[in-house]
Amino acid sequence: MLADHAADAPILRLDRITKTFPGVKALSEVQLALYPGQVTALIGENGAGKSTLVKVLTGIYQPDGGQITVDGTPVSFPTAQDAAAHGITAIHQETVLFDDLTVAENIFLGHAPKGRFGLIDTAAQRRMARDLLDSIGAEIDPDTRLRDLGIASKHLVAISRALSIDARVVVMDEPTAALSHKEIHELYDLVEQLKSQGKAILFISHKFDEIFKIADRYTVFRDGQFVADGRIADVTEGDLVKMMVGREVDQIFPKRTPNIGAEVLEVVGYSHPTEFADIGFTLRAGEILGFYGLVGAGRSEFMQALFGITKPSKGVTKIDGQIRVIRSPAEAVNAGIVYVPEDRGLQGAIRPLPIFQNVTLASLNRTPRKGFINLANEFALAREYTKRLDLRAASLDTPVGNLSGGNQQKVVIAKWLATQPKVIILDEPTKGIDIGSKAAVHDFMAELASQGLAVIMVSSEIPEVLGMSDRVIVMRDGRMVAEVSGPEMTPETLVRHAAGIAEATL
Amino acid sequence: MTSTDRFIPDRLTSPLQKRLKSWETLLLAVAIAIFIANSLASPYFLNAWNLSDATFNFTEKAMIAFAMALLIIAGEIDLSVASIIALASTAMGAAAQFDVSTLTLVLIGLSVGLACGAFNAVLVTMMGLPSIVVTIGTMSLFRGISYIVLGDQAYRGYPGAFSYFGQGYVFWVISFEFVLFAVLAVIYGVVLHKTNFGRAVYAIGNNATGALFSGIRVDRVKFILFLLTGLMSGIAAVCLTSRLGSTRPSIGLGMELEVVTMVVLGGVNILGGSGSIPGVVIAAFVMGLVTFGLGLLNVPGIVMSIFIGALLIGVIALPRLWSMLRK
Repeated sequence: MLADHAADAPILRLDRITKTFPGVKALSEVQLALYPGQVTALIGENGAGKSTLVKVLTGIYQPDGGQITVDGTPVSFPTAQDAAAHGITAIHQETVLFDDLTVAENIFLGHAPKGRFGLIDTAAQRRMARDLLDSIGAEIDPDTRLRDLGIASKHLVAISRALSIDARVVVMDEPTAALSHKEIHELYDLVEQLKSQGKAILFISHKFDEIFKIADRYTVFRDGQFVADGRIADVTEGDLVKMMVGREVDQIFPKRTPNIGAEVLEVVGYSHPTEFADIGFTLRAGEILGFYGLVGAGRSEFMQALFGITKPSKGVTKIDGQIRVIRSPAEAVNAGIVYVPEDRGLQGAIRPLPIFQNVTLASLNRTPRKGFINLANEFALAREYTKRLDLRAASLDTPVGNLSGGNQQKVVIAKWLATQPKVIILDEPTKGIDIGSKAAVHDFMAELASQGLAVIMVSSEIPEVLGMSDRVIVMRDGRMVAEVSGPEMTPETLVRHAAGIAEATL
Repeated sequence: MTSTDRFIPDRLTSPLQKRLKSWETLLLAVAIAIFIANSLASPYFLNAWNLSDATFNFTEKAMIAFAMALLIIAGEIDLSVASIIALASTAMGAAAQFDVSTLTLVLIGLSVGLACGAFNAVLVTMMGLPSIVVTIGTMSLFRGISYIVLGDQAYRGYPGAFSYFGQGYVFWVISFEFVLFAVLAVIYGVVLHKTNFGRAVYAIGNNATGALFSGIRVDRVKFILFLLTGLMSGIAAVCLTSRLGSTRPSIGLGMELEVVTMVVLGGVNILGGSGSIPGVVIAAFVMGLVTFGLGLLNVPGIVMSIFIGALLIGVIALPRLWSMLRK
């Protein structure tokens, strides 16, 4: 079947690679082969182990077991420099470049051309950068500071950097996630160019149209395990979707009988100049509404607009049938809408402050002595809500930063429950927390709904979305593309809508 | 939830224990040591009137330091405070030439302070500029206006009643400035440690994004803090002008650094997030005692500033040295 490529030995091969984190097997004996002049698409859900694999490949993580070979020779990458020395380079989702350096400095950082006295020959550096940029058709001035470039141009700089170290293996981790239509096509051309130079490309993407457009081969991971690989020409989109999601939902989600009450929230025509458009839905008390979509589909951006962080250009929010104008998080909290952000460390908790102060932070204005703090009341409130969430901590005056991720998340949720909200938005509520805390957060979400709170859950994990939600809205490119409930709620439907695959191909 | 009743204690160490180990306790020990050293070094030190005079070394600076402490805890800074004094004093001096009432003079001083604070606040909170840059700019700007108005001249001729703020005594050796300092210390202590506003200040200083996402009106709180530092500079301008009886454009020159020194010596983290008003109060006494004690020993001003600098570095390095030595 692969006869036409039999002559080509893979440049890079991974065999039985395993990587374990405390409590999680991120990669379990996976395999991957990258061939010169070919694009291999790595396909899998969020959490399938793709990012971990990239980090193993680029020397950021050390595998616990298995073998990496380059040109048939076993190698190891103790540091990122070692991976680069073997010609492996990665272009990340968020490109790891330096905003305050110029384009030329970024491209040649660490291997700049040296002049007399061992000083950097800036003229040569500029000239070489210009040549590289020209060679990929990028019209970027090498003297521009990176900060002043858009995402697409930054990608081009990252690619130039990859070329400058004479990479043989180029890893592209969702390179098109933040690009416009035109920029994506320019990227495709560039990939073709890299292929023609005999480089092996690992292309990570959730978008099936682009996988079929540029990939020659595929490898599918699921839950940290290798599922299948082969040539793209031999499979259909439907086959790949089945390989990605085809498994029993093995996580246990709380059984609940939805106790759905009156309509609490109505959102009409929410739009933003760039992030999302025309979002509208209703939400009832006791309901859990899931928001599914790929990274960059605009879910978090919309939720933050609903919470008053970003300003929508258009749109109306009604709580209990009344129009509420929400221009700041403070106004959202007053209206009864609260938001548990995805980025706990930065947006969720004030980590150096003690637990009790975090729990009461949003509800200080609700205490009897308006404006003044009463320590006894404050501790009582903190005790009540940390107990409801089954928080594990040494004492209530421990800084939140000392807690585990799961317990930090509980503190953030406790903070919001203390404000007695009507609608709670949870953005990737279990991302990066251990299995035990995950189950606790799921149980708690179910309990909140049963107590009549309206819950919105943004999640990229299909089992979680399906296991918890009464109804799911799928977003793609900033728009609502589907609303599914009941028997329609299957992994295939969600993936199909999120990736924009036409019904007929399945 | 179904789990066994899990008990989380409120605290593991009692508040008293915590207080004993605090920065404020260390600083208080330093203050007492300096007090004893001073009384041993000079026979004139333990005299009620001399001690009363000593308070003038810090009262005006401390008033500003209270507001500055809140601002620094919130992660911002205002380096224009001394220049606000100059501008407020110049405005009062100009008005005094038209024989206006003492009350009007005070209102002018406070209004100029508030206006300068508002100017800083708008630039920082509405235009999103970094406060250190904005206030270095307004530091030159405000005092520059005074220089343009006054040149090498000075305003005198303040009404007789105006001298009370800087020279008056409320009771025996207790000056008006000292009473004002004490009242402001209590007010700022309550605001920072006992109100929601104070809690918001700490939250913002530790994580402004997290505070915003917790429903705190971050920009509004910062705006108020800049207004407060402006207002306190206005109050200090009234006291200082009244005490000196004249206004020159160089009035209060360099005071912003002494104010920041006092705040940092008081245990406020220069990067924001922690600190206390009692700490700043003790730091004010420490600085006042040092300057006064050295003055009694006829130490020149330049040497004094060296001593204050050494004291700041010494007191801050002490805890770190201590933990390094124990290893």
